[in-house]
Amino acid sequence: MPDFLAALLLQAGYNATLVTIGAGLLGFAAGAAGTFLFLRKRALVSDAVAHATLPGVAIAFLVMVALGGNGQSLVGLLLGSALSAFAGLWLVEWIARTTRLAEDAAIGAVLSVFFGFGVVLLTVIQTLDRGRQAGLEDFLLGSTAGMLLQDAQTIAFGGALTVALIWVLRRPMTLVAFDAGHAAAMGIDTRRVDLAMMGLVMAVTVIGLKLVGLILIVAMLIIPAVTARFWTNRVERVLWTAGVIGGVSGYVGAALSASAPDLPTGPIIVLIAAGVFALSLLFAPARGVLASALAHRRFQARVHRRQGLLALVRAEPIHDPLTLRILRAEGLIRRDGVATDKGRALAAKIARDERRWDVARAVHQDTALTGRYDGLTPIEDVFTADQIADFDARLGGPQPVGG
Amino acid sequence: MGADFVQFSLTPILIGILAAIACALPGNFLILRRQALIGDAISHVVLPGIVVAFLVTGTVAAIPMLLGAGAAALVAVVLIEAIRRLGGIEPGAAMGVVFTALFAGGVLLLEQSDTSRVHLDVEHALMGNLETLIWLRAEGWGSLLDPVALASLPPELPRMAVVAALIAVLTLIFWRPLKLSTFDEGFARAIGLPVSLIGLALVITATVAAVAAFDAVGSIIVIAMFICPPAAARLLTNSLAAQVWWSVALAMLSAILGYVLAGYGPLWLGFSNSVSAAGMIATVSGVILGLACVVGPYRRRVGVAVGA
Repeated sequence: MPDFLAALLLQAGYNATLVTIGAGLLGFAAGAAGTFLFLRKRALVSDAVAHATLPGVAIAFLVMVALGGNGQSLVGLLLGSALSAFAGLWLVEWIARTTRLAEDAAIGAVLSVFFGFGVVLLTVIQTLDRGRQAGLEDFLLGSTAGMLLQDAQTIAFGGALTVALIWVLRRPMTLVAFDAGHAAAMGIDTRRVDLAMMGLVMAVTVIGLKLVGLILIVAMLIIPAVTARFWTNRVERVLWTAGVIGGVSGYVGAALSASAPDLPTGPIIVLIAAGVFALSLLFAPARGVLASALAHRRFQARVHRRQGLLALVRAEPIHDPLTLRILRAEGLIRRDGVATDKGRALAAKIARDERRWDVARAVHQDTALTGRYDGLTPIEDVFTADQIADFDARLGGPQPVGG
Repeated sequence: MGADFVQFSLTPILIGILAAIACALPGNFLILRRQALIGDAISHVVLPGIVVAFLVTGTVAAIPMLLGAGAAALVAVVLIEAIRRLGGIEPGAAMGVVFTALFAGGVLLLEQSDTSRVHLDVEHALMGNLETLIWLRAEGWGSLLDPVALASLPPELPRMAVVAALIAVLTLIFWRPLKLSTFDEGFARAIGLPVSLIGLALVITATVAAVAAFDAVGSIIVIAMFICPPAAARLLTNSLAAQVWWSVALAMLSAILGYVLAGYGPLWLGFSNSVSAAGMIATVSGVILGLACVVGPYRRRVGVAVGA
């Protein structure tokens, strides 16, 4: 545990510090870029992009070896992965656009074929003398063990750059993500914005390869965005919430991984993000399961209360147990089901409001106002006191109900 | 094509063919229902399933592995559905959350537990070990009639054969309801078909295919065979029956060609080592799909031929 604290507080050595900061930045960039992807309903395109990096890594290695290098340069490998990721992305779009195959089939095809071809190349590399120590398998699941200073710097710098790009592009991308048609009508070139979005996704994928690995980087793009969606309904807040969730997961995950053996970085980061997701799914105040259940119960109670009061107005017997319970709990009826004074007063008010609504619908042509009648919205919330007084003048005085 | 072939290539090729067919058959319907990525999700969550099964039983025997993988796949399907409904999340994103999280859990469990004694690692799960499923006791084609030699066939072969046959039979029996509910769900429901049950049964069938095939050939082939042969077949014809036949043929072609290219291709080019058969089979199926995308007679979304 002291090791973990040291890593968390960036005291675990220069390399580990850079990796931890880099993972935080990368997580933030991934969460934010993933939000655009998620809101455009294209989350799984990133899966194709991520798997499509493998042949690029292998080809870059082979090319660098052929040119006389040792093939270990991270920048070179990442450049290769970016090129093949772009080829994969282009193929997904091309297949979905020109053939009658749906996008999900295109994603699955590109993902499996590129990955399969990458595996073929990996087995070729393993037969080379140099290939045995290439460590390209690290790109599958990510690894920070034995990371060179230069690699850590690349990741930290790339993460920072991606965050900066997202900051610059946030407005047009938010607009397009929220409502592409509206954005187009406002003169934004949605195709170019989509391209920028995919460019960011590719950048996150490529930078994350060494850290998280190509199989799990897609989780960094999807999970924070989906998680943030439970907390708010506003696009820009989803964006920054997702960024923070991704950033914290990346930061804590990298620190945790640096502090103990046998804790691979990628899976740890993903599991932390998944834990935040599970908690949000259950307990988030805006759209979480618990909040939704409570909101449903409140709504149900209001409907039953009103139905009960309307029954009192008409002096009908009430049989529904939930309605009886609610009315009794509020002291609107006695234990034997007879309305109390308070109950009769409220019932009279409800009956009167019903008649006021009738008048309102007859008098007002404005459906935006009268259309708000749903039985639960108080009439005082819709019309002014003067208007209601006007309805009352047409109705006559209050009438007692329920004997 | 002598004894060497029977010994070293016949069983891997047969297993590859059977796995490819078992995946391609349900893949046809998954593609038409736009659920192609279910196969992707399932083949990822197989990993935590087998790791948990290993931790519980302490062995890498086939039956617990298959049960664990199947259970994990079912858990994943239920979780995806729950997140989709409870959270109002679009299916793709719900899938992305579930399979990556479960896969990450599987990798972590694997790293934390002592698996040094057994052959269980992530790369094996991804790439399979098709090349190692050889038939050592075979001495030539005659061994196919020799009960002693037949008894030493790799157990993956009969297992995969049973699964492939089961899926073929199920596809035949439920052909009409499958077809109806895939093409016109509303009509299928109106005539009283249990549409959601059929959908669930299809996913379970795909899971069985994925789990059985994964054991023999790894996840890559599973995902590739779920999607590439049916997708290519879809571009070759407008009839579902023809599409299914084409997908079976293309799956077989991918398996044979891929295995041969992986095993003998490098030798023809003057290298001494073979390359990954699983990867090559996926690659070949991708090339076939690519060709279908460029020249397939029914590749376009519109412009259906008259009378078709």
